[in-house]
Amino acid sequence: MNIVVLVKQVPDTYSERQLRESDGALDRDASDAVLDEINERAVEESLRLSEVHGGEVTVLTMGPDRASEAIRKALSMGADRAVHLCDAALAGSDAVGTALALAAAIRTVDGVDLVVAGNEASDGRSAAVPAMVAEVLGVPALTHAREVTVEGSTVTVRRETDDGVTVLRAELPAVVSVGEKINEPRYPSFKGIMAAKKKPVTTLSIADAGIDAARVGAAGALTSVTSAAPKPAKGAGEKVVDDGDGGAKVAAFLVAHKLI
Amino acid sequence: MAEVLVLVDHVEGEIKKSTFELLTAARALGEPSAVVVGPPGTAAKLADALTEYGAAKVYVAETDGSAFLSPEVDVLAQLVERVQPAAVLVGVSADGKEIAGRLAVRTGSPWLNDVVAVSVDGAVDGTHSIFGGAWTVQARADGAHPVVTVRPGSVEAVPAPGAGVEEVVEVPAAGPSATVVAREPVVTGERPELGEASVVVSGGRGVGSAEQFAVIEQLADALGAAVGASRAAVDSGYYPHQFQVGQTGKTVSPQLYIALGISGAIQHRAGMQTSKTIVVVNKDADAPIFEIADFGVVGDLFTVAPQLREEIARRRA
Ligand SMILES: Cc1cc2nc3c(=O)[nH]c(=O)nc-3n(C[C@H](O)[C@H](O)[C@H](O)COP(=O)(O)OP(=O)(O)OC[C@H]3O[C@@H](n4cnc5c(N)ncnc54)[C@H](O)[C@@H]3O)c2cc1C
Ligand SMILES: Nc1ncnc2c1ncn2[C@@H]1O[C@H](COP(=O)(O)O)[C@@H](O)[C@H]1O
Repeated sequence: MNIVVLVKQVPDTYSERQLRESDGALDRDASDAVLDEINERAVEESLRLSEVHGGEVTVLTMGPDRASEAIRKALSMGADRAVHLCDAALAGSDAVGTALALAAAIRTVDGVDLVVAGNEASDGRSAAVPAMVAEVLGVPALTHAREVTVEGSTVTVRRETDDGVTVLRAELPAVVSVGEKINEPRYPSFKGIMAAKKKPVTTLSIADAGIDAARVGAAGALTSVTSAAPKPAKGAGEKVVDDGDGGAKVAAFLVAHKLI
Repeated sequence: MAEVLVLVDHVEGEIKKSTFELLTAARALGEPSAVVVGPPGTAAKLADALTEYGAAKVYVAETDGSAFLSPEVDVLAQLVERVQPAAVLVGVSADGKEIAGRLAVRTGSPWLNDVVAVSVDGAVDGTHSIFGGAWTVQARADGAHPVVTVRPGSVEAVPAPGAGVEEVVEVPAAGPSATVVAREPVVTGERPELGEASVVVSGGRGVGSAEQFAVIEQLADALGAAVGASRAAVDSGYYPHQFQVGQTGKTVSPQLYIALGISGAIQHRAGMQTSKTIVVVNKDADAPIFEIADFGVVGDLFTVAPQLREEIARRRA
């Protein structure tokens, strides 16, 4: 079973994230960039499936040059090879443009049975790109998986959201997105890190992937940011050390603020 | 006036509050048309309430199938082509975002995702509140029939009677789609819903065990509050996943948020820092959660929380 796993490099959520006030775009230079944690889980799930069912795991990312670091991390976890969709014309793509571009890049990989993605990127938080990619490819989307099983050509997912659990089933090929509670991703081993350096990475331009330039990038985006402003940070209020009356002090504070 | 399509969110014959918020928002953009997709008999139960909140039309798309989310996308896409609406409004939820994103692909629409306000002035504009409320961003839809997903609780639902003319629409045969094999809805307890509660009491890793989470629950019950948890508390098995607050959990903005045994990692703060008043109990005076606390107690939650509960009970008595 051949798997393409979609990964994204994002600003580290442990650092303060900034937008450029000039154009409202994410200031990627203001914070460290990491492989999104949810995508480590997507890679982990892909590796576990391929350990059972065989086949290759191809990492696919769309992003600038330095997204190659995210690719490297996924390869060092154990993925077989990678495709890096990298083209200045893609900068500023909206979710629809991203889905069109990723779908085109997936089509360059032979014999894909399953596409695995994260359920929601920690930067853009569309929580929809996987379903949108499926829509472009004309295949089913089984999203927010807490559990994935493949039997023969059928994929079954326990989908967990705020509304509860839904068991979904579809025939391959299909797109699956994984939720945060699906697994604990492995750490790359020293051997894995060394091996990753020799694994094949194909870099694609939009022309290579046959992507229509008119539908991607900031120029192809159908939404535009008109302003972006930071909110003033909340300051700290009163702080007391509990001397046996901490609970009573909280109660007094709540009463003073008419909260009880 | 141009139609504005509003996808009706409903479970077991009940309309979700977010749908009334959408109908209210839709009235500022054009004439609201409610779109009901569900099993046969659904619309009959919902039509009165939709009319009460201003639906001029109610499109009724009923089907028995088990195709997952495709009926919603297919019906909306068909209506977008036919009526060329001023906008399509969908509530933010896991399903809502997925439906909206797929629809935008299908109809070539701009998508304003997760807005807290929507307006029209030549084009449709949306206001986003991102990174846990740390930034406010205005965006504009540059194309026909934009799809707008609106965050629940950001618009106040106001009734205003509409004509409520029902029209049956066909559900197109589903394309490739996953099939729903089983559904296990979450069992909602006695407490208020986390996303809507005006008071939230949350526990973190400092609570120490699932049994000891009773301390959090008891305080919550004294305040009529919802219970929340940090990711560390959820991952340690102290409390179920659906109660996680934070970047990858729920975003809450109650009148009062009480954090007990939570350090205040940036990803937790992203889900609660817009709360009106924040009270914190943590035994580490340097915990970052104090930076955003209106009132902080450096102390042991196992002494402070029960004392607070007794004080509340005493004042109420
Ligand atoms: C991509 C990503 C997404 C994430 N999403 C979320 C999310 O949605 N929500 C979330 O919460 N986290 C999230 N996290 C995790 C986050 O980084 C922290 O690990 C987590 O919030 C820590 O939870 P905690 O504060 O309960 O635990 P800790 O950081 O371990 O803090 C426990 C605190 O309890 C205090 N304490 C201990 N005992 C007591 C006592 N008896 N009385 C009083 N205080 C006591 C300690 O002093 C300490 O400050 C995410 C991380 C990543 C990388
Ligand atoms: N630029 C990208 N490159 C590769 N995968 C992506 C990209 N954007 C989104 N994805 C995938 O889609 C998932 C959900 O992202 P989103 O819908 O943007 O919240 C991510 O976790 C990735 O798996």
